[in-house]
Amino acid sequence: MTIDTKFDQSTVAMTVGTKRSAGRSTFKHALLIAVGLVMLYPLIWMLGASFKDSEHIFSEVSPIPNPFILDNYVRGWNGAGVGFGTFMINSTIVALFSVLGNLVACTLAAYAFARMQFRGRKIFFACMMGMLMLPHHVLLIPQYVLFANLGWVNTFLPLVVPKFLAVDAFFVFLMVQFLRGIPTELDQAAKIDGAGPWKTFFYVILPLLKPALATSAIFTFIWTWNDFLTPMIYLQDPRNYTVPLGLNSFLDASGDSAWGAMFAMAVISLGPLFGFFLVGQKYLVQGIATTGLKG
Amino acid sequence: MIGFFVITLGPMLYSLYLSFTDFSMLAAPEWVGFDNYIKLFTNDPKYLDAVRVTLVYVLVSVPLQLAFALAVAMVLNRGLRGLSLYRSVYYLPSLIGASVAVAVLWRQMFGSNGLINQILDWFGIEGMSWIGNPETALGTLVILNVWTFGSPMVIFLAALRQVPQYLYEAAAVDGISRWGSFRHITLPMLSPIVLFNLILQMIGAFQAFTPAFVVSGGTGGPVNSTLFYTLYLYQRGFTGFQMGYASAMAWILFVVIALVTAVNFWFSKYWVHYDD
Repeated sequence: MTIDTKFDQSTVAMTVGTKRSAGRSTFKHALLIAVGLVMLYPLIWMLGASFKDSEHIFSEVSPIPNPFILDNYVRGWNGAGVGFGTFMINSTIVALFSVLGNLVACTLAAYAFARMQFRGRKIFFACMMGMLMLPHHVLLIPQYVLFANLGWVNTFLPLVVPKFLAVDAFFVFLMVQFLRGIPTELDQAAKIDGAGPWKTFFYVILPLLKPALATSAIFTFIWTWNDFLTPMIYLQDPRNYTVPLGLNSFLDASGDSAWGAMFAMAVISLGPLFGFFLVGQKYLVQGIATTGLKG
Repeated sequence: MIGFFVITLGPMLYSLYLSFTDFSMLAAPEWVGFDNYIKLFTNDPKYLDAVRVTLVYVLVSVPLQLAFALAVAMVLNRGLRGLSLYRSVYYLPSLIGASVAVAVLWRQMFGSNGLINQILDWFGIEGMSWIGNPETALGTLVILNVWTFGSPMVIFLAALRQVPQYLYEAAAVDGISRWGSFRHITLPMLSPIVLFNLILQMIGAFQAFTPAFVVSGGTGGPVNSTLFYTLYLYQRGFTGFQMGYASAMAWILFVVIALVTAVNFWFSKYWVHYDD
């Protein structure tokens, strides 16, 4: 299932040189740009609408705001009882700890699978692959019962602690795939030099794992940032809400009346995702190509 | 490994046990045998609605999404300049498609005064509330899923690179048309990846939740037309606190996903071509 991920190698163009192909390639570009515009138009339009007053939101197809107002951002940021800033901070805390947890736990688990011999390794690996298929919802209720009994409801713990226990099989799988590509001769060389498993891990494997770590970190961040169901179940106090919950409660409170402020906050909530996308798209593309992760 | 037992296997078995009980979190679970399962299929029309809606969603949106993904990947594959830019643009929606922000946008776009109706107005077409109409509400969510065709597309692109060029050259020498070489070279060579994408996207689609929740305001309406399976599970489990009932639903979902995956694999021997 591993696929070569050297995307940016230019392929051997099959249709170089002839005049007909030049025309065809222009046509293709036009088509691709048109499709791209149609796809991105709603997002561009939302960005524009977040600077419009509500009358113009509902009467203009053009994304350019005229007059240009910042009022939506001001109202949205302070709206919904608790400020949107609180939601942003909450989401950031949850996302950062989740990234940390996934990186530490999944790397260790993957290292154990890929490099160590222990009893039942094959069975455990099969179990983990099975988990890729297991719907999250099967675990939702028992985990809720467990965390409720621990008194963790309305804290961030149920969102973060599982990540430290290597439960995201996707990332374990990604790392195992990646580790298999690292020659075992390196490990053996380290062993001859007198390094134990931990030392080998920290000084030999970890530096080589950087691309896989980056992919996992970015995906974990994006998924946690977008996650709606889990926080909705565990967080009841609006002061603990993450961004998606904040947005949704805003929608509930204002109904369909305050679209401008809604859009403004939606734009802000997508901001970090765009940021990570721009910085890390190389790793994202590699990640989905090797494991088929859904973004 | 401890994590696996504490967080996954233990809860899994506990959830299986709960699915045979009546449990509201307030009192200890009470064993009821197969009652939950029987009630789901014989005495809960809303559940059957949820099953139907989810099946339609999966069976319509996934093939459309994959067809789009493959078509765009084919166009992008032929050594086109600006490939990485196009790839990024097309991939972006996949990244944010499951967010509340996009669901909010969808709710406005397909609402009665939304963007779509304003565009239709140019052509003199009278719009309606696409989200408020039970006939079209699910369609808007299908469009949302098709919109996120970027991630299977990236996988197709990576796989297209693996198809040896000499096959196409040989086909060109033999005077085979472009459609012919797509049909007889690209598709067979790509079929394992098509299967892989198909399984992956179907598993994802079965579990979709956020768009339906936000677009319908948590109700699954109008008239249950967007009542995704997971949304109904949430309603039963976390607003009605029928934890045993919801666990039974979760297990049926698990079994269905496992079955669909198995069926996909089983059928795959008729259409998937492996090189060796």
